[in-house]
Amino acid sequence: MKKLDYYRFRIIKDYVAHFLVYLSLVAALIPLFSILYEVVQRGISAINLNFFINPTPTVGEKGGGVANAIQGTLITMGFASLIGIPVGLMSGIFLSEYSEHKLSMVIRFFNDVLSGIPSIVIGVFAYALIVRSIGFSVIAAAFALAIIMVPIVTRTTEEALKLVPLSLREAAIALGVPRWKTVATIVLRSAKKAVVTGMLLSIARIAGESAPVLVTMGYWRWWFASLNRPAANLALNVFVFAMSPFESWIVLAWGSALVLILLVLGVNIAVRVLTKERY
Amino acid sequence: MESSRKISLFNHKLNTKHFSHFKWQINGDNIFKLVGALFASSILLLLGLMIYELIKGSWLSIQTFGLDFILGTKWDPAISRVFGALPLILGTVVTSAIALLIAVPISLGIGLALSEYVPKKFGFAISFLVELLAAVPSVIYGLWGIFVLIPFLRDHVYSHLQTLFGFIPIFSGPIYGGGVLTGGIVLAIMIIPTVSAVMRDLFSVVPTSQREAMIALGATKWETAKTVISYARSGVIGAIILGLGRAIGETMAVTMVIGNKFQVWPSSLFDAWYTMSAIIANELLEATYDLYVSALMNVALVLLFVTLVINILSRLIVWRTLRLVRGMAKE
Repeated sequence: MKKLDYYRFRIIKDYVAHFLVYLSLVAALIPLFSILYEVVQRGISAINLNFFINPTPTVGEKGGGVANAIQGTLITMGFASLIGIPVGLMSGIFLSEYSEHKLSMVIRFFNDVLSGIPSIVIGVFAYALIVRSIGFSVIAAAFALAIIMVPIVTRTTEEALKLVPLSLREAAIALGVPRWKTVATIVLRSAKKAVVTGMLLSIARIAGESAPVLVTMGYWRWWFASLNRPAANLALNVFVFAMSPFESWIVLAWGSALVLILLVLGVNIAVRVLTKERY
Repeated sequence: MESSRKISLFNHKLNTKHFSHFKWQINGDNIFKLVGALFASSILLLLGLMIYELIKGSWLSIQTFGLDFILGTKWDPAISRVFGALPLILGTVVTSAIALLIAVPISLGIGLALSEYVPKKFGFAISFLVELLAAVPSVIYGLWGIFVLIPFLRDHVYSHLQTLFGFIPIFSGPIYGGGVLTGGIVLAIMIIPTVSAVMRDLFSVVPTSQREAMIALGATKWETAKTVISYARSGVIGAIILGLGRAIGETMAVTMVIGNKFQVWPSSLFDAWYTMSAIIANELLEATYDLYVSALMNVALVLLFVTLVINILSRLIVWRTLRLVRGMAKE
């Protein structure tokens, strides 16, 4: 009789565990759906033609848009990609093609470490290195964002190239093609999709970064002027508008958040549907 | 016999070591390798430069305050110009600890669900959704925190917590909505995707033979799952430390919900506080003199040092476990 009770106790424990495991799934997904719902529902009312063609309104003014922030974000991101993507791509190629090299082991490890450094610290680094000499500028922000991109691009490029079968490389080398040409024309080309995917993910990631932008450019509500001056930024707009006391600005914050989330989640979803691989 | 062996060894050495290096020349492949190595080394260079620049930037503060910077409890940029970061460090540690307390059990559950409980075809969709959480920008968590989470917690959760546990000091005091507990909850939501993804990876490399052995012994699903956890336990600790690293460095969302009040210890879980990353975001642009800037850089240096140690530690543990478990699975 006692034995049977213990058996029942184990079964009940099993049921409870089942329940808790599924509960944890639900608990994690509720915030996601709540964020998506609220951002879409509150952001959609802010979105109209004016939102996309007008610059930031002056303090408390009604209407206005985020056109200058979209422009500034695109310029900053483009500039960051110009630095971050080549460095990440070349590092990724080196790590995959010379993966047994002693340097590769060290760099792979520190690449992971670099990806774990808080973005605000990277921002302060860019502040110390660039802002102190040339002032708050697009260059400083792009530099900080590029440092955030490098580990992501490096990692995804390396993983993409490693999936290319060895036989392809061997075939090329057997034909007398030099190694660099093999990589440039055969390995990279067959992994093209996955490599581009990594770049897109890194771009989506820096589009949402606001902490490093805050300490390297500050808040700027005019149009882009030049690379050594600040530019407006969508993610930073969300922060500044959300902390402001004006109802019209808070509406703009939700609108900007909707644009950002569509961009970031759109890239993530597209990437996953297109490649059907996990990154 | 002995001598011929020696000769062959010598020849071998001659071939691989001396000969190939002797023939080093400028050709496409060598340039390719060199350029790749240079680009890859720039990652190390960046890390080194980062440490150097932050030490250089905070040198003034280190010279002025020394160890008092970490142990001091006064942050007064306006009058006495004294900077002590202990309250910020405490704020960061406590909010991160709250985040871990909430996130670790949930992440364990998700890791187990995805590797043991949920069928593979749903598992793919769910892990995709969980990873989408990681893609949501920090500032949007902050926005959502201010306008959705704070009103909800204030009206429906905190008041009940207070009526139930109000006799305990940490649950007493006025409720603003934002504060230490809210900061911890937002952080928890943000680190769950990272921690649970690592846990799922760890659990799914645990060899099937372990599960089969448990099932053969008549174990229930939960008992089998417990074996899986204990098999990957050192990796689980690594995953938790990894989540801690994320939580410590998180900036914008915390800045937006924690209340940003500089004090040594909050009166309750509902009171406002401050963290290291939040003070940098709030004050670096307003720092008007060198010592002030230097003090904020010193905060960044502490943050960098802590996250470096945490990251190196956790990566080592996770790497070792994954390799160990995979190695065993191969045998």
